[in-house]
Amino acid sequence: MKTLQNTFKELTRYPSAIFGLAIIAFLIILSIYAMVSIPYSEAIRLWRGGEGIWYKNPKYAAPEWINFIRPNKLPTTIYLSSQAGSAEKTITQDKQGNNAITITAKFDYPYNTVPPDMAIYFASKYTNKQPYASITWLTPDGREIRVADFAVAQSEVYWFSQDTKLQRRLAGLEPQQGLFMLDPSAGLSTPVKGTYQLNIKVITFEPDTDLDAEFILYGRVSGIAGTDHLRRDLKIALLWGTPIALAFGLLAALGTTVTTLVIAACSVWFGGWVDSLIQRITQVNMVLPFLPILIMVGTFYSHSIWVILGATIILSIFGAGILTNRAIFLQVKESAYIEAARAYGASSWRIIFQYLVPRIIPTLIPQLVVLIPGFVFLEASLAVLGLGDPTLPTWGKIINDAQRNGALYAGLYYWVLEPAALLMISGLAFAMLGFSLDRIFNPKLRGL
Amino acid sequence: MSDGTIEKISESNVILQKSFSQDNVLLSIENLRVWFELRRWGFGHAGYVRAVDGVSFDLHHGEAIAVVGESGCGKSSLMKTILGLYKPIEGSVIFNGKNLVDLDTRGMRWYRNQVGYIQQDPYGALPPFMSVKRILEEPLIVGGIRDKTERELRTRKVMEEVKMFPVEDFTSKFPHMLSGGQQQRVVIARAMILEPKLIVADEPVSMLDASVRVEVLKLLRGLQESHNLSFIYITHDLSTVRYFSERVFVMYAGKIVEKAKITDLLRNPTHPYTHALLAATSDPDAKNAATFKEVPPGEPPSLVKPPPGCHFHPRCSRMIPGLCEVQDPPDFEPETNHFVGCWLYK
Amino acid sequence: MSEAKLLRIENLKLHFRTTQGIVQAVDGATFDLSYNKAIVVVGESGCGKSSLAKAILRLLPRNVHTYSGRVFLDSTDVMTLGEEEFRQQIRWVKMSLVPQAAMNALNPVIRVGDQVAEPAMIHLGIKHDEAIAMARKMFQNVGVPEDFLIRYPFELSGGMRQRAALAMALVTSPNLIILDEPTSALDLLTQANIMNVLKRIKQDLGTSYILITHDIATSSELADEVAVMYAGQIVELGDTYRFFPAPLHPYSIKLMASVPRLRADQEPDFITGQPPSLIDLPVGCRFAPRCPSRFDKCDQDPPVINKDGRQVKCWLYV
Repeated sequence: MKTLQNTFKELTRYPSAIFGLAIIAFLIILSIYAMVSIPYSEAIRLWRGGEGIWYKNPKYAAPEWINFIRPNKLPTTIYLSSQAGSAEKTITQDKQGNNAITITAKFDYPYNTVPPDMAIYFASKYTNKQPYASITWLTPDGREIRVADFAVAQSEVYWFSQDTKLQRRLAGLEPQQGLFMLDPSAGLSTPVKGTYQLNIKVITFEPDTDLDAEFILYGRVSGIAGTDHLRRDLKIALLWGTPIALAFGLLAALGTTVTTLVIAACSVWFGGWVDSLIQRITQVNMVLPFLPILIMVGTFYSHSIWVILGATIILSIFGAGILTNRAIFLQVKESAYIEAARAYGASSWRIIFQYLVPRIIPTLIPQLVVLIPGFVFLEASLAVLGLGDPTLPTWGKIINDAQRNGALYAGLYYWVLEPAALLMISGLAFAMLGFSLDRIFNPKLRGL
Repeated sequence: MSDGTIEKISESNVILQKSFSQDNVLLSIENLRVWFELRRWGFGHAGYVRAVDGVSFDLHHGEAIAVVGESGCGKSSLMKTILGLYKPIEGSVIFNGKNLVDLDTRGMRWYRNQVGYIQQDPYGALPPFMSVKRILEEPLIVGGIRDKTERELRTRKVMEEVKMFPVEDFTSKFPHMLSGGQQQRVVIARAMILEPKLIVADEPVSMLDASVRVEVLKLLRGLQESHNLSFIYITHDLSTVRYFSERVFVMYAGKIVEKAKITDLLRNPTHPYTHALLAATSDPDAKNAATFKEVPPGEPPSLVKPPPGCHFHPRCSRMIPGLCEVQDPPDFEPETNHFVGCWLYK
Repeated sequence: MSEAKLLRIENLKLHFRTTQGIVQAVDGATFDLSYNKAIVVVGESGCGKSSLAKAILRLLPRNVHTYSGRVFLDSTDVMTLGEEEFRQQIRWVKMSLVPQAAMNALNPVIRVGDQVAEPAMIHLGIKHDEAIAMARKMFQNVGVPEDFLIRYPFELSGGMRQRAALAMALVTSPNLIILDEPTSALDLLTQANIMNVLKRIKQDLGTSYILITHDIATSSELADEVAVMYAGQIVELGDTYRFFPAPLHPYSIKLMASVPRLRADQEPDFITGQPPSLIDLPVGCRFAPRCPSRFDKCDQDPPVINKDGRQVKCWLYV
């Protein structure tokens, strides 16, 4: 109807509505971006994680933009790969015609904190005899530290932090500290700044043996949103959580509102035992505990989000909405135009859908908008309680993971704050929009 | 009823003679009783509201009758029963030879096409979310007219008849954009669009401004004449009755207490209640401020327990003790075609 | 001024601010009212007559744009009084109101007697029992049986409730009562009853009235003077004995002609078109677009002409 334009115009008079609309627009753009840049199947695959997907990310890393507000910058991940060319690789042939491979990884380290961990991922190609690698570490102040020597299998990972021999060689210091710091006991607890070098010398015993290495120096910050306990980039879940949250909220709110509307209209129009029955069902349903039942459904039946959505809608329909709508319909039913419709023979269904329901739609719109954040929080709550769909990357799931891994105790505030902030601004946006809509629509309906 | 000739005051003040004979009867109401059951606590029976308590009359083709009475006299219930919205507990409503009670769904649908309804509140009578075009097409759609062009044609025709010019300007407007008079025209158009034979109008002008009332009444009069419509015009404003109808029925507490041509009623009001109504209706005159009106004491009775005998007797200054409070008076005919339910005219 | 007037209103203006613009509801109303007389303000919907009542009693909403003019009650300009003074000394003490649809304006959960007694307690500072006694007397005046004092509004009929509202307006014995459409929602016989009550009270208690109505026939029941209002202005003002047989202003003439007469043989008339919106008023005479006697001077706002003690706002009488 033309009143859509008028409504919009009136809406723009309220600053809170503009603010709310702006945030909602932002969320929608975010959703579209998420769905376009990372297709759904891809997102699920990434979120499920597993071998080989997230190994380049550090664990429990804060988002990179935190460095803007920190006086002491935290290190980012440094990744040098011989295959990618960021680490120099030279192959020489020895007298037997076997390759001797040298991989050099050079990097600058200007940070004040040591990295949490370092790893070297090896990928080697050989027939029978494994190549043998020698790893040495060169500090900026010229010390050369022997790191490790071992035979390299086809795919091998060397974790600096897990090498106890190295630790003993470093006088009991953890490898990350020992390789970077001069002498912590002497009070020099900051790493030496400058260019470091990692040398890997590989001896092969067969012709055509090849070896590639990826040196990963894990940072303390990573990506735009940080990482979690499985090294997953949180931005996947934050991005994809947006359309999921919005869709759940909208579908639940819409489903509930529309069904409530039709049931209330039928109840009022047909009256008699239909009305009594619907009212009794509503009254009983309002007493039933909503969240515990949902929890039971989630625990005993299925974690699928569609099942949860369906159960939510069914339980929400017979609620206060029916009673308020019924009250409004009772008034509208007495209108002169309904009587006229009966006089020219309109059928009951026609009257319900074409004459009663349109009357109430203006009140419904603010109701609907304000319902959406409620359902968004519901989905998040269920996820936090561990009852959400475990495969879906949602905001609630992030919080659930954070809680399970003691994020707040460990000081990993970003893990909780980022999804919480998104939840809050979603709720705020819809609430502000809904209240402004209420102010516009309801005065007009005073003359019901 | 015998043959009668009705005098009608027409536009040019020429008195026409119109003959209404026996076989020209469109609607025949016989001993109609419409009682509503009262329930105590939703279950028990607690008596009846006797909204219409024994009403009989004939309405001819092309005739306009006015039903006059105060609130609570049952005129609304009578009207709604004629419209098919209420079912009588006794008596018959015979339209063009068919008894309403005997009609099945198809018959009711046919009947609804024959009777148009004009309501009192023009704004409430129109769905605020529908355009004028949609409002007028609804009865056609419900009546089964599927052809869109036919609907458009009929809509346009009826809008021209109610003088909503230019038609295009009005079709897309919504009720709140129209003035009271225009809204009422839409209501009239909606009542006319199914080409009915009978129109029931419930206080069609009482919620309009004085200066617009006559315009709408003139319009209705014109439509009645050009389409030879029968009209039942319900009102509490006696002064408009003179302008609009041929016969007048005065209703009190569920019964019609007087039936007469308007001229006869004004010249010779018989029932004491009619006297009271006429006395209470004043024409604008400065002398009114100096006189007190004579009003019968008390209030109209409750329709649940009406007084025994004549329903008006507790308020009547000319009550005959021993008769009026005991027996319900039948209709007497003090002069031709002038009926009154009062023992004074035995 | 030969005799002291009870009420004298000079150039009263009340304009409201709305989202669509400024509603000039009352635009310069001037008239006076003597003691024990009744003036009827006649007009159709949208002419501003209800706002006139609010303007006189200073019952203003929040979106007032202009409120000016002089209101002399007993020769004191009450417009100069502060809000609290007006409330304590004038409103419901010297003048009171029976609002439109008064029967619906009664509080449904308070007994009728208590409601009628309340203004007396507030404004006259008397105790409850004394106030109930006054209420009882008022009930007698308006013709409501005493036992209705303890009833609730829903137990009373429409006519009774209207009379209760009238009693409430009378209980502080004001000199002036403003009645806004007192009979419009009532049945014919009940209307006649109420008018009888009003006439008797005027006779017995000497009260003056400002009666606001759109019902011209009813207006003649009570009027000593008639004021015709159109689009926020008073276009004609005059004695009832001279007004009803022969109104002067073209609008009044057409208005009188549009009243169907029960006892006369004339064909009633109507006025084409609609009154102007109070936001979008035409320049010049506001009735000119619909006036049959319109001529070129009507493009300017006509002055108020005095014609043998009657007042007309029309160029035809210059």
